[in-house]
Amino acid sequence: MDDWRIIILLAGVVGILLAGSLAAFVLSRRTNSEAMQATVRNLQSRVKAWWVMVVIFAAAFLLGPTVTLILFALTSFYCLREMITLTPTRPADHRAVATAFYVFIPLQYWLIFDEWQTVFAIAIPVYAFLLLPVLTVLAGETDHFLERTAKLQWGLMLTVYCISHAPALLVLDIPGHEGENFLWLFFLIAVVQLSDVLQYVFGKLFGRHKVAPRVSPAKTWEGLIGGGLSAALVGAGLFWITPFSPLQAGGMALAIVVAGFCGGLVLSAIKRSLGAKDWGTMIEGHGGALDRMDSVTFAAPIFFHLTNYFFVP
Amino acid sequence: MIAAARLVLIALTRFLIGGHARWVGSEPTFEQRIYFANHGSHLDTIVLWAALPDALRSKTSPVAARDYWGKGRLRRFVALDILGCVLVERQAVAGSDPLAPLTAALAEGRSLILFPEGTRGDGSSIMPFKSGLYNLANTHPGVQLIPVFLDNLARAFPKGAYVPAPISCAARFGAPLRLRQGEERQAFLTRAREAVATLGRPGEV
Repeated sequence: MDDWRIIILLAGVVGILLAGSLAAFVLSRRTNSEAMQATVRNLQSRVKAWWVMVVIFAAAFLLGPTVTLILFALTSFYCLREMITLTPTRPADHRAVATAFYVFIPLQYWLIFDEWQTVFAIAIPVYAFLLLPVLTVLAGETDHFLERTAKLQWGLMLTVYCISHAPALLVLDIPGHEGENFLWLFFLIAVVQLSDVLQYVFGKLFGRHKVAPRVSPAKTWEGLIGGGLSAALVGAGLFWITPFSPLQAGGMALAIVVAGFCGGLVLSAIKRSLGAKDWGTMIEGHGGALDRMDSVTFAAPIFFHLTNYFFVP
Repeated sequence: MIAAARLVLIALTRFLIGGHARWVGSEPTFEQRIYFANHGSHLDTIVLWAALPDALRSKTSPVAARDYWGKGRLRRFVALDILGCVLVERQAVAGSDPLAPLTAALAEGRSLILFPEGTRGDGSSIMPFKSGLYNLANTHPGVQLIPVFLDNLARAFPKGAYVPAPISCAARFGAPLRLRQGEERQAFLTRAREAVATLGRPGEV
């Protein structure tokens, strides 16, 4: 394990968060207007939530891959809980819903733990996809059957199958890079979250043209291009924690950025079609767990597949 | 041992279904109260009990049906030792006052959790309230009546289910209700039911 690299990364993250805390503190002293005060309060609670998330992530690293897997399993659990809570399920769906939670979440993460990749790749898309509608049909209610099963299948795919591809990076074997897997997970999460933050900042500063005003009014082309390219550049600069060359790392980061942006947009549309503004209230300033993980749901499987396809012999 | 079991039950409730309190019309205080709520699931009793702050929880007894919670060692342990329930007969026994255990608990200064529908509904609508709430309001004018709406519980643990599904639930506490001077039994029960139903439509609160 190359400990010096993770120490540099952690120092960098702590430095960024310290800068954020300091900026929020200075701003809170300077502003008088009501609207600015509210913005600063939002910034403060966001920075505070980031501190907590970074501490949890660092602890997961220190305590090893098993704890990291449990942490992501819990994340999947809370995200699926938020999604099902907003979905109007019926008593007839109960058996399928309970199976999704109690069978497929543990199974999916156990398959990673066991490094059983072939089954990991199909357990949910094949077996859960087919089994859940069978459990629902046994309850005998045909009203809105397709919608009800589809919502549960989507929920399980996004919050469990897709998110589980992030910690699945821990079991990829790339010759010459043994024991570095946690750094790739860091690369994925850092690029996704940085891209979100930078898109927000660029959007606030230069945003004019909205990408999809009805779905996500805060997303602008200026934010996407400015924030996305900056995040890709940072990704290229992080090549030394990946098995990639600087150019490859930039390309991977770009793929993560684009996938993450699409994820944010699609999850936002799903949320709105379910009639909500935030997925939940779990993380102060951020809404629910799924509001933080929306980009990861799309970016994780794409990054996992590209890495696995091009770099695992 | 009992204290540890209580903590485990509360932690498990929070983990699986949340069940947090939303005090929209009243505040948690030490006043003696009867909390009355809609009933869609066996978990209702546990969730409302767990939603109360620690200090109030120890002074509050859920009212539970003897024919369900009084059966079997595990259920009795949960109902009596952990939740501190008052057990009542749902079928009237000739010559005895079904409200006697409730009156006794109120006389000790305890607050109560009551499900005036008397039985679980399917979660889609609230059934008419039974008279017990009116009778207690009549005989205990000093006790505050707090309507509570339990959200999503019939979805998390519907009738016939063996395990609860992890769906976020919440307990919304409304403004205190008073029995008006000379108010008829039926008028009061309808008004009380409407108070709970209104809490279930958060856009209007």
